Amino acid sequence: MSQTNPQQIEYNLKVVRQFTVMTVVWGIIGMTLGVWIAAQLIWPELNFDTPWLTYSRLRPLHTNAVIFAFGTSALMGTSFYIVQKTCRTNLFSDKLASFVFWSWQAVIVLAVISLPLGLNSSKEYAELEWPIDILIALSWVAYIIVFFGTLVKRKTSHIYVANWFYGGFIITVAVLHIVNSMVVPVSFTKSYSVYAGAVDAMVQWWYGHNAVGFLLTAGFLGMMYYFVPKQAERPVYSYRLSVVHFWGLISLYIWAGPHHLHYTALPDWTQSLGMVMSVILFVPSWGGMINGIMTLSGAWHKLKTDPILRFLIVSLSFYGMSTFEGPMMAIKSVNALSHYTDWTIGHVHSGALGWVAMITIGSMYYLIPRLWGQTQMHSIRWINTHFWLHTIGVVLYIVALWISGVMQGLMWRAVNAEDGTLTYSFVESVEASYPFWFIRFVGGLFIVAGMLLMAWNSYRTIKAGKPTRETIDVAPREATTQSA
Amino acid sequence: MDYITWRSFYTVLVFVLFIGIVLWAYSKGRKKRFDEAANSIFEEDELKKTKSNNTEQESKNNE
Repeated sequence: MSQTNPQQIEYNLKVVRQFTVMTVVWGIIGMTLGVWIAAQLIWPELNFDTPWLTYSRLRPLHTNAVIFAFGTSALMGTSFYIVQKTCRTNLFSDKLASFVFWSWQAVIVLAVISLPLGLNSSKEYAELEWPIDILIALSWVAYIIVFFGTLVKRKTSHIYVANWFYGGFIITVAVLHIVNSMVVPVSFTKSYSVYAGAVDAMVQWWYGHNAVGFLLTAGFLGMMYYFVPKQAERPVYSYRLSVVHFWGLISLYIWAGPHHLHYTALPDWTQSLGMVMSVILFVPSWGGMINGIMTLSGAWHKLKTDPILRFLIVSLSFYGMSTFEGPMMAIKSVNALSHYTDWTIGHVHSGALGWVAMITIGSMYYLIPRLWGQTQMHSIRWINTHFWLHTIGVVLYIVALWISGVMQGLMWRAVNAEDGTLTYSFVESVEASYPFWFIRFVGGLFIVAGMLLMAWNSYRTIKAGKPTRETIDVAPREATTQSA
Repeated sequence: MDYITWRSFYTVLVFVLFIGIVLWAYSKGRKKRFDEAANSIFEEDELKKTKSNNTEQESKNNE
């Protein structure tokens, strides 16, 4: 195990370990920020009268921290792990992989500094100013080279489906980021979009929705297609379905952006087109969900004893729920009620906390012991506790915001029959929302508590083990693949 | 070809391509290779088992 002869190559697990640790760290920071701003909605004095800590500045920091720090660290780490394992070769370049890790962490640190300072390009999920955008592009190009370089030098003939999803995610995010970040800088910290008016809005939401579709969906589906079968110890339910799932998902998602701009200056036909494409998107989404969940068919009993599998499978249930809710909310008449209300925030979090966070947490619990020479996490019981803390937290969160969202929508559209004036002022709908915001805050506390437990469990696991060195035989490989 | 004609053609082309992918994925000829691909992620575990002189070879294929 310790010596590497010419017949063997060693997997680069170091970069995977780095990303894994940072996933847990950024998860705690990003979710704590979320709980903090949720508390600010109830107790505004929690901004301590400092501009740097106001809701308007911490909110983009929260979204950047959970999507780009927590989520993307998880994606980069797992993609480097899976691409090596399934291609039976080491990474294309260890130096470049290391650059991906450090440059990406630098991007996040710069976000942590610049966003509270109020430096914000005012594009949602693309708030970072142009010098950081350039660093993101460099980091991403390095990521592309390492990932696809590894695919090119693979020792297997077939490219396993998880890599297809990761590949789709990596290429599309590069295109989205570069197109949407086109700006004219006026100073080192200020720039203006090259697009104007409705076109700018459309480019922004083409970016924004596909950040959801490719980063938060396709990437994590890659995770799903590897870790669910591995943890369940069964091959994916239908590999054929996974092929159709991939092509269906990537060819449809790109058109759904206009549903963020219903009843705006965007041309009506574009809105309707976006609505139709969003509704159709339901089909590949559920195809993928069924494929993941049915992988367990005939082995459902494993859910009883294995909390990691429970994380993975329940994440798919949330995926199914939010990909049913999403197309429904994209229908114009539903959107007329739901848009700009808490319902949208609830929907996003059923996807982000239910699907993205749960599949990530499950995958991390699978990875951490294997990366530090252990057979399992320090405490399986704590994983189970984490599962329940997280699930209760998510359910409290989304149910509270469903109710407040629909309530807000109904209050805003209510008119008095006799003269057509509004029944409620805006502030009345704010007042009515307080109890639900409190429940949402409590839900967030549950989730952060679970993450802290995960951090402690991970720390104990890592401390008890030592970094895994894993090698693979190169030469006799070909012979064994044939017989398998 | 004007813009509208091109877009219509393109839409039909993508649709036909997609149907093609479905037919290809579900064709009989692909079944064996896809089954192998689905099981490929378990091969390294089996290798390890055989390496450590352990002969128990549990089948991972439940189909």
